[in-house]
Amino acid sequence: MSQEVLLKVKDLRTEFFSSKKSSVTAVHNISFDIYKGEILGLVGESGCGKSVTSLSIMQLLKDTPGKVTNGEIVFDGVDLLKASDAEIRDIRGGKMSMIFQEPMSSLNPSMRIDKQMIEGIRLHTKMSKEEARNHAAEMLKKVGIPDPQRVLKNYPHQLSGGMSQRVMIAMAMSCDPKLLIADEPTTALDVTIQAQILDLMKKIQKEEGSSILLITHDLGVVAEMCSRVIVMYAGKIVEEAPVEVLFNNPTHPYTQGLIASVPKLGSGVKVLPSIPGSVPDLASMPQGCRFAPRCKYATEKCRTQEPDLVVVGENQRCRCWLKQEG
Amino acid sequence: MGRYIVKRLLQTIPLMLVISIFVFMFIHLLPGDPARTLAGVEATPEEVEAIREEFGLNDPLIVQYIDYMKDLFRGDMGRSLKSNIPVTELILSRFKFTIQLVFAGLIWAPVVGIFIGVICAIKRGTWIDLGGMLFAITGLSAPGFWLGLMGIQIFSVNLGWLPSGGLDSWKSLILPSIVMGTGIMATLARYSRSSMLETLREDYVRTARAKGQKESIVMFRHAFKNSLIQVVTILGLQIGGLLSGSVITETIFSIPGMGRLLVDSIAYRDYPTIQGLLMIFALQYVLINLIVDVLYGVINPKIRYD
Repeated sequence: MSQEVLLKVKDLRTEFFSSKKSSVTAVHNISFDIYKGEILGLVGESGCGKSVTSLSIMQLLKDTPGKVTNGEIVFDGVDLLKASDAEIRDIRGGKMSMIFQEPMSSLNPSMRIDKQMIEGIRLHTKMSKEEARNHAAEMLKKVGIPDPQRVLKNYPHQLSGGMSQRVMIAMAMSCDPKLLIADEPTTALDVTIQAQILDLMKKIQKEEGSSILLITHDLGVVAEMCSRVIVMYAGKIVEEAPVEVLFNNPTHPYTQGLIASVPKLGSGVKVLPSIPGSVPDLASMPQGCRFAPRCKYATEKCRTQEPDLVVVGENQRCRCWLKQEG
Repeated sequence: MGRYIVKRLLQTIPLMLVISIFVFMFIHLLPGDPARTLAGVEATPEEVEAIREEFGLNDPLIVQYIDYMKDLFRGDMGRSLKSNIPVTELILSRFKFTIQLVFAGLIWAPVVGIFIGVICAIKRGTWIDLGGMLFAITGLSAPGFWLGLMGIQIFSVNLGWLPSGGLDSWKSLILPSIVMGTGIMATLARYSRSSMLETLREDYVRTARAKGQKESIVMFRHAFKNSLIQVVTILGLQIGGLLSGSVITETIFSIPGMGRLLVDSIAYRDYPTIQGLLMIFALQYVLINLIVDVLYGVINPKIRYD
C-alpha cells in the first residue's frame, strides 16, 4: 500500500487522573495510520478506549480528568501534541473536524442553527457573514435538508435527532476537512435514519476525498463503510486488517467473538453466541494478555505474558500468542 | 416573544385574585375585633355596633370582600386605624425608601455573585475556587442583622465613616445595601458555580471547542449563557426574599420604609394597613416573577416557543 499518510498516531497513551499521583490508563500506547481518502473503522465494546482515542486526537480532553501522557499525533505534518493552542484551534473544525454520538445535545440550545454554523465557518475562512450564511445553506442542502433557510432559523430543539446529526455533519464538513472523526455518529438514531446518515457520510467522503475515522461498536456499520478496521480491546489495539480480510479471516479470538455475535439472517442459529464476561476495569487490568480471562483458547502463557502486535498476514496485524507461534 | 409576554401577563390576573382572597381571609381570621379596637376601650356596646354597621362589618364575608375589591380597584385601601391617613398614601410615602434599599442591594449583588461563581467554576479546584466559595459560604452563613450591627459598630461607631441610620445621602445607603445584597450574592455565587460546572460538561461546549473556537468565547458564548437559565430562576426567588428582608434592614438602620411600616402596623393591629401592605408585597413578588419569566424566555428559546 503506497498511500499517503494523513494522520499518524504513534505510541499514544492517555491516562485519567483521579489525583496527581494515581491514574488509570484508558489508551495504552496505540499506533496506527489513517491514509488520505480512506474510511478507517475503530471498533470495540464500550469502555475499550475508542472515544478517548478520538478525543485525544482532537485534543478535546479539557474538562475531563484525562491527559495524553505519551506518544505522537502527527496530522498533515503537524505534531498535535507539540503544537500551540492557536495552531490546534486552527486545525480543529478546519482541516480536522468531528461529529458526536448525541446530535441533539451537541448543538447549543440557545443559539439558532445559522449562528452556530456561521461561527465555525468564519473561524476558518475569510468569508463575510452573508457569504458564510449562504455557504451554511449550501452545506445543509448537501446533507439532504430540503429547506435550508427554515432550518437555519431554527433552534436545536425544533429539529429531530436525524436532522440534528445532518446539521452536525454539515457543520463539520463546512470547512472542507481532510479528516472527519465520527464518534458513533448513528448510535443514538433510529435504524432507518442510521442508514441515511451513513450513506450521506459515504457520499460526502467520496465527493470531497476526505478521510474518515469512524468509531463504532457496530460491525454492520463497519462492513458497509470502512476500507480498513482497527479492533481495540481494553485500551490496546488487538487486530488491524482491511475490512474483507477481517470479516473473512479474523485472527484474534476477540475479533472472532465480535463477528460471531452479529446476527445473520437465515443462518438458522437459535442462540446468538456472545463473548463471556466483560471488559476488565481500567484500574485492575489482568496480567498477560488482557483478553485472556474471556478467551476460550487462553493458555498459561497468555495469562502471564503479554503478546505484541505483530504482522500476521498482508496488511494484517494481530496481538495474540496463538498466532505468533504459528 | 410578544405572545409569550402577553400570555404570562394574563396569567397574573387570576393569581392576584387568589392572593387577594387569601389576604382578606387571613386578616379576618386574626383574633380581635377591629370595631372594638376602633371604638376604644371605653366605648359602649351600642357604639361598637354603630361602628360595625358603618364599616359594613355585619355584612356577609363575601359582600365585604366584593366591597373591598371594588375600593381596591379605585386605589382605595381604606384608612389607617392608627393615623387615619389613607393606607394608599401611607404606603406610597414609604415605598420609595424600600425600593431604594432593594435597588441598592440589587445593583451589585447578582453581578458580583454570578461573577464569583463563574470564575470559581472555570478555575475549579484551585485556590481561587476555594477562596471564592469560602467567601460565599461566609456570606451565606452571616445573618443580615448581625452584618448590619457589625457594620454599624465598625464603620459608624469606631471609624465614623458612614452614618448608622436614616437615608439622607448615598453614604447612608452603603451599609444597608451590604446587608440587603450579601445573601443574594452568596447564594448566586454558589448556584452559578454549580450551574456553570454542569454546563461545561455539556456536549455542545465540546462541539464549540471542536469548531476551533477560542476558550474565552467557548466559556462566554456557549457555556455562560446557557448556565444563566438556572441562575435566573434562583435570582427571582432571591429578589422575592429581598423584599421581605427589607423589614430587618429598615429596622436596624431606622429607615422609614414599608418593612418598618409593617412591623409598626402589626404591633398596633392596624388591619387596613397590614392588608394593604400584604397586597403590595404580593404584587411586587408576582411582578418580579413575571420579569424573571420574561428573562427566562429571552435566554431559553425552548420556553419562548412552547
